[in-house]
Amino acid sequence: MEPARIDPGKALQELVPPLTAHAAAVEADRCLYCYDAPCTHACPTHIDIPRFIKKIATDNLRGSAETIFASNLLGATCARVCPVQELCEGACVLGADHKPIAIGRLQRFAMDYAREHRSYPVVKAKPTGKSIAVIGAGPAGLSCAGELARLGHKTTVFEKREMPGGLSTYGIIALREPADVALEETRMIESLGVEIKTGIEFGRDVSIAELQRQFDAVVLSVGMGSTPTLGIEGEEAVVDGLRFIEASKTDAAQLRVGRNVIVIGAGNTAVDCATIARRLGAARVTMVYRRSDREMTCYEHEYDFARKEGIEFRFLAQPSRVLVSDDGPVGLECLRVELGAADASGRPSPQPVAGSEFVLDGDQIVKAVGQNKPALAALPGLETRQGFIAVDDAFLTSVAGVYAIGDCIRASGAASTVMAVEDGKLVATSIHRQLVSASAPLEVS
Amino acid sequence: MADLRINFAGIKSPNPFWLASAPPTNSGAQIHKAFEAGWGGAVWKTIGAPVLNVSNRYGAWHQGRQRMLAINNVELISDRPIEINLREIAEVKRAWPDRAVIVSAMVDSKPEAWREIVERIEDTGADGIELNYGCPHGMSERGMGSAIGQVPEYCERITRWVMEAATIPVMVKLTPNITNIVLPARAGVAAGANALSLINTINSIVGVDLDTLELTPSIGGKGGHGGYAGPAVKPIALNMLAALGTDEVVSKSGIPISGMGGIATWQDAAQFLLLGASSLQVCTAVMHYGFRIVEDLCDGLSNWMDEKGFKTIGEVTGHSLHRVSEFKNLDLSYRAVARIDQAKCIKCNLCYVACNDTAHQCIDLISAQGAVVAPHSYDVRSNGRREAVETRPQPQVREPDCVGCRLCYNVCPVDECIAMVEVDSGRNAVTWSELAQGQTPVTEDWEAMKDYRRQVGIDIH
Repeated sequence: MEPARIDPGKALQELVPPLTAHAAAVEADRCLYCYDAPCTHACPTHIDIPRFIKKIATDNLRGSAETIFASNLLGATCARVCPVQELCEGACVLGADHKPIAIGRLQRFAMDYAREHRSYPVVKAKPTGKSIAVIGAGPAGLSCAGELARLGHKTTVFEKREMPGGLSTYGIIALREPADVALEETRMIESLGVEIKTGIEFGRDVSIAELQRQFDAVVLSVGMGSTPTLGIEGEEAVVDGLRFIEASKTDAAQLRVGRNVIVIGAGNTAVDCATIARRLGAARVTMVYRRSDREMTCYEHEYDFARKEGIEFRFLAQPSRVLVSDDGPVGLECLRVELGAADASGRPSPQPVAGSEFVLDGDQIVKAVGQNKPALAALPGLETRQGFIAVDDAFLTSVAGVYAIGDCIRASGAASTVMAVEDGKLVATSIHRQLVSASAPLEVS
Repeated sequence: MADLRINFAGIKSPNPFWLASAPPTNSGAQIHKAFEAGWGGAVWKTIGAPVLNVSNRYGAWHQGRQRMLAINNVELISDRPIEINLREIAEVKRAWPDRAVIVSAMVDSKPEAWREIVERIEDTGADGIELNYGCPHGMSERGMGSAIGQVPEYCERITRWVMEAATIPVMVKLTPNITNIVLPARAGVAAGANALSLINTINSIVGVDLDTLELTPSIGGKGGHGGYAGPAVKPIALNMLAALGTDEVVSKSGIPISGMGGIATWQDAAQFLLLGASSLQVCTAVMHYGFRIVEDLCDGLSNWMDEKGFKTIGEVTGHSLHRVSEFKNLDLSYRAVARIDQAKCIKCNLCYVACNDTAHQCIDLISAQGAVVAPHSYDVRSNGRREAVETRPQPQVREPDCVGCRLCYNVCPVDECIAMVEVDSGRNAVTWSELAQGQTPVTEDWEAMKDYRRQVGIDIH
């Protein structure tokens, strides 16, 4: 029997439905309106959460959206992709005895309103006459550019990809954030007067020297590098996880998905790849990880989600060879692993057991084993820290007038969209202070 | 098990819960259904003068998503032909001999009109008559309802006409739309009424529609004040009930009082009884949830009475009246302070903001290291669940500065988290009344007050 054709649009449609107006009002009423609220503290961008929620309760949705935008221009993305359990909702005072307030979904409700009614922020500051270049139109770059524009600076963003939005557009699976949400968000940033130039690669189409000549400051928000190689035989038959996700967002109908898919890795991106494969028709999806479930880097809720999706796990397995036939991969040979003493990451080091080879059948193998450190050859003299760009408290790099934010500086701690957004905010403040006046009060609208 | 039966001015009923004269008692069919559900009695929706009603007659006050904390209405007395009402009253009473069937009446202020309605009601076999001196809309414009209740002399005169004609118990229903509820009550007593009931509805405008800018509800573009009732009015009703129970004339007369105004739960019911009611009337809660609520009204009240050792409704009635006093008799040396149970506290800081913004600035935020910290004092780069939760300061009352105002206790969303704890003030008990008598200058002159405070050790910061 021919399996039913899967409609990728439906299979990958946004998982969490929007709240109805009634559900949002009921949930908003449940909020206690804490003073100096812990949710606000826990949010890296410190959105005044009780305030925006009370505005939903009083049906002042324009004010609610404004409250969010005041702290976070990428509220629509954050409402969808933030690990709220680890942030605002995790800190909700109602969490202990009841259910925490559904802050993420309420934020999305207010952001959906803003999008429907084009109720977007406007620039109130006078032009400063200063211009700033931002490299990379991911969340950090867009946030930074938007905040600089709000402070009155002329801001240009250079993006090497065809579309802006970075990971929001290309890297977050549609189940969590459809590409159009990210693209609309970039249009909102443009409406603040930001110019976004796509298809321009820093270091190839434009040099640092040129930018330094033309602009008063340069901000690097170049994100991370490519997926590392596994260094195993047959690797050319392995699909890159980030490319896999990208294809699912830009052209899901053309994405080839195997029947028996193996995903190497156990981070959030690996879960995303496995989810896509499962939803687009793979009969069996197995995630292969060299450590155990205790050391997995994906969030607890992602692991739960993956299990509910019917994804299988093979722990303590180190891929050693891809078995390839003329038609492509047919299996993944692995070595059994024992966990040894803690390594540099603080986790037990995986010790492959010699001669323990076994084979997992699979007709498609996807790797999602993190990302390489940012590629920085384009900027000589730039100091790094553990391979990431080194910055001071003001996000200034070792090169005068050049700042860096987002994943490319995050040598330690969790890299996330919302952290990148906050970086953008902080660096904008820092540049503004530097360019306009060290003593003049900030004109933050 | 507690005995819920009552004998109210000679009207017997298996429990103290009666449906108030209102839409729920508009017809025989409704009252049959209510009696089947267990209601002890019903006060028939007022019959009398001819009327016509309008649409959109019920407005309501909602708080957040909690519907109908109060209802507001411009419905008039019964618009059904009086013959049908009288026939159905007779039928209901015949079918339910053990229940209280009382008929509310309102006619023009003429002795013959009142005599006639009394006689027609008595012909039905009803147990009693309630005189509607309270309807605040429509009827009052025609010189009836609250137009009578607001003038004690009218109350007395009409009640006398009725008492001359009536052979069954007569109850005077009072309007709260009056400065001193005691005066019309005394008028009823003077005229020889057998019972009082209160409160009728309160004058009110529910709101304005912010799209149309018309009143809510809008009756063809217009609106006006209507009668306000439901849980939101309960404290007003309790105060008026207590005012009668503590009035010398009314209380000495021994006249029984039927209490109403926002009774929705057995707890409300118990409170009305404790402050002097001996029968209870319910309307808004029934209009919200239906007749079925009587089951828990009886069950909950009975369980509470068992727990407290009350055997009859009569034992509960007025039990707390001796606690009702006036400010001048309160002990100025009584001191309580708020204490926050740190194990229960969820650190919402609602007590903190209420105290510091609007009360007496005596709650501090204490860091894990024991230092007093300002709100919002975390570093802008600090974030995440763990950091927010673990570094969150604990609100704590600075007891020497706490005046015991009780605001924090009221705003705290956690049950039994904040307690008002009595502490020794170190001063002898004294009331304002005693001060005014024994140390008159202290109550009249700020300098004398200053000396007095220094002498007894009252420090106001």
